[in-house]
Amino acid sequence: MKSTVSRRNFIKGGLAGTVAATVLKENTSQAASFEGYPEGMGVLVDLTRCVGCRSCEAACNQEQKLPQPAKPFNDFSVFDEIEHGQKRRTDETRYTVVNRYDVPGQDHPLFRKIQCNHCQEPACLTSCFVNAYTKTPEGAVIYNAKVCVGCRTCMIACPFYIPTFKYSSAFNPRIMKCVFCYDTRLKDGKPPACVEACPQEALTFGKRSELIKIGQQRIRETSGKYEDHIYGEHEVGGTAWMYLSSVPFDKVGFDTHVPKEPILNLVKDFLGIVPMVLTIWPALFAGFHLLATRKDWLKGKTEDDHEEE
Amino acid sequence: MRLFSHQRPELPIVDHVKTDGTPWTLKEKLWLGLSMPDYFKQFFRNPVNWLMIGIFAVGLPLLLQRYIYGLTAVTHASNDYPWGLFLGFGLFGMVPLSASGFMLGTTVELFGRKDFHPIERLALLNGLLGYFFAVVYLEVDLGMPWRLPYPMVVSLGPAAVLFLVAWHVATYLSVQIAEVLPAFFEWIGWLKGKRVIRKMVLGLTIAGIILSTLHQGALGALFNYAPAKIHPLWLSINFQWIHFFCSSIFGGLSMVIVSSTLIRNFAGWRCDDTFKKSLDDITLKLGKGCSLAMITYLVIKLVAVAHDQEWEYLLTGWGGYFMLELGVGVILPMFMFAAAVRNNAPGLARAAAFISVVGIIWNRLNTSMIAFNWELYPEIPHWKEVWITITLYALYFITYRFIVYRLPIVYRWKGER
Repeated sequence: MKSTVSRRNFIKGGLAGTVAATVLKENTSQAASFEGYPEGMGVLVDLTRCVGCRSCEAACNQEQKLPQPAKPFNDFSVFDEIEHGQKRRTDETRYTVVNRYDVPGQDHPLFRKIQCNHCQEPACLTSCFVNAYTKTPEGAVIYNAKVCVGCRTCMIACPFYIPTFKYSSAFNPRIMKCVFCYDTRLKDGKPPACVEACPQEALTFGKRSELIKIGQQRIRETSGKYEDHIYGEHEVGGTAWMYLSSVPFDKVGFDTHVPKEPILNLVKDFLGIVPMVLTIWPALFAGFHLLATRKDWLKGKTEDDHEEE
Repeated sequence: MRLFSHQRPELPIVDHVKTDGTPWTLKEKLWLGLSMPDYFKQFFRNPVNWLMIGIFAVGLPLLLQRYIYGLTAVTHASNDYPWGLFLGFGLFGMVPLSASGFMLGTTVELFGRKDFHPIERLALLNGLLGYFFAVVYLEVDLGMPWRLPYPMVVSLGPAAVLFLVAWHVATYLSVQIAEVLPAFFEWIGWLKGKRVIRKMVLGLTIAGIILSTLHQGALGALFNYAPAKIHPLWLSINFQWIHFFCSSIFGGLSMVIVSSTLIRNFAGWRCDDTFKKSLDDITLKLGKGCSLAMITYLVIKLVAVAHDQEWEYLLTGWGGYFMLELGVGVILPMFMFAAAVRNNAPGLARAAAFISVVGIIWNRLNTSMIAFNWELYPEIPHWKEVWITITLYALYFITYRFIVYRLPIVYRWKGER
């Protein structure tokens, strides 16, 4: 039996590889041209104004029809709840949470509201392999439970630990996260329920670009009151929800080590090699094969010649 | 089986026909040519099967619980650790150990190294089953397992790394099925099918290299999505995919050494003389490949630490743990492989392979669970999660054994091939 590969088989093999390459070719252009919506809306959270009344939590709970919590919203003992050494976080029953921080040197505690920050280039969106997330022109990052597979990569990718999973459901699980009240309010230009409920004007709703100006103005006009930084202006490529604080941000639970560029940029290098491997590998390895089996092929050829004679 | 193969010369089955010329029926082939009482006699004599029964007795009800009451019933349902053992061990650990299929496919079919031929089918089977069970683990972990084909047909998110993993694992699984089918066709005696596959083998092998390079790397690149969560020593944005790809090379080769060692020792009746005789030599050659891949991996690891300026981390507790992982999981087996090759000691290479397999799993668990959220708190999996993980591995084990006992994987089919 001849052990060499005939030209025909070689071409067939090469073709199979090329077809595989063409069929599997990834389309990365969609993500590459995504620039976010600079005219989208956002919210500026001023930590110096928040008194920790939890009205926003209550409003969110009602607006999003979430289950009633065990402790009522006027129970402030929740600020002392610690799980795994961590303060409260979002879960499948609450899209937003206010936590208290006793910062040394401050005569009163500071409160920080967390919810989805609605990134300009959301990591959840770019890591989702079924496109369950959408960044709307209004600025919200919304989620489509109909296509979600439940892989929870978005939860891995979110640098703010925001998306949560409805683990308790076997047949109808889904990601639970703040959607900026998109369906009920933002779509019609109205501010989200939490902003409307805030009695202290700690939350300012407006165009993101305007909010940055407002934030800068507050920092400038009250010299020394604020840290000279708007958290969210540049963090992970910019977020629609941004924060002003009177103390360094890491003192009030913010992760100051998140990259200053979209999370997507960190996987671009890898995605970039994909077309290269898909196109070059078939030819390269078919070539290796020919080189490696050249001796057999030559031997086979001389035998063929003899047979012909 | 050992007992019966002495009593009955026609066993184990290696041909379409018995010694008296009458053909084996498919049913007889499935029962290994034994009568049902004999089959169960040998089945229950084996203490491993009792262990399996014990694992399944608890594990299957737990699986049922997971599908009826949701993940919350069997895991800690953590929002901080969305991925637990099912993915950390089942997906990230099983896939690199399954690189054996494409490694030996390439060696034999593409580079024409016929000396590795006796182990090629085992390597392909090891790859196929590893991938298949990675998908099984995934199906336990996914919130909506019935939507597994969604990224292929319903809603496509092609810019995501996981999209690439999904497509490549799915395609590669088909490639591996095609690569293992010839053994199945020989066994059932449908040679036409085998010839069809034979013609595609070069294309399949090259497709295997492409898909493996990309998805082994992609599993690493998935962690690039969490730059602020994983300890810097276990995450190198620029090199993560190379680390994962390169370590899968010795992971896959080591796994095939482990698997062949177990088969030779505990299912010797099934191996033919070619397999038994060539195994020591092949083990050493594979070990040589492992130690070369390991030194490459170590260098790239070091380059990554230097590139990311992480030297100071090495002096912390995490750094000590990192060096322990590399020392025990890579450097130790690397020297053992090298010594084994130099002193012609296949036993040492086998021991090294065991260590290196554990080392790979350790590395993947470190990346996905232990160094993940290193600034928060450690997550210790629920015992039910651990048990289900073991149950699925037991299922993998018996499937593996079922196929090796029957198909011509470690022996050559005597009948028409």
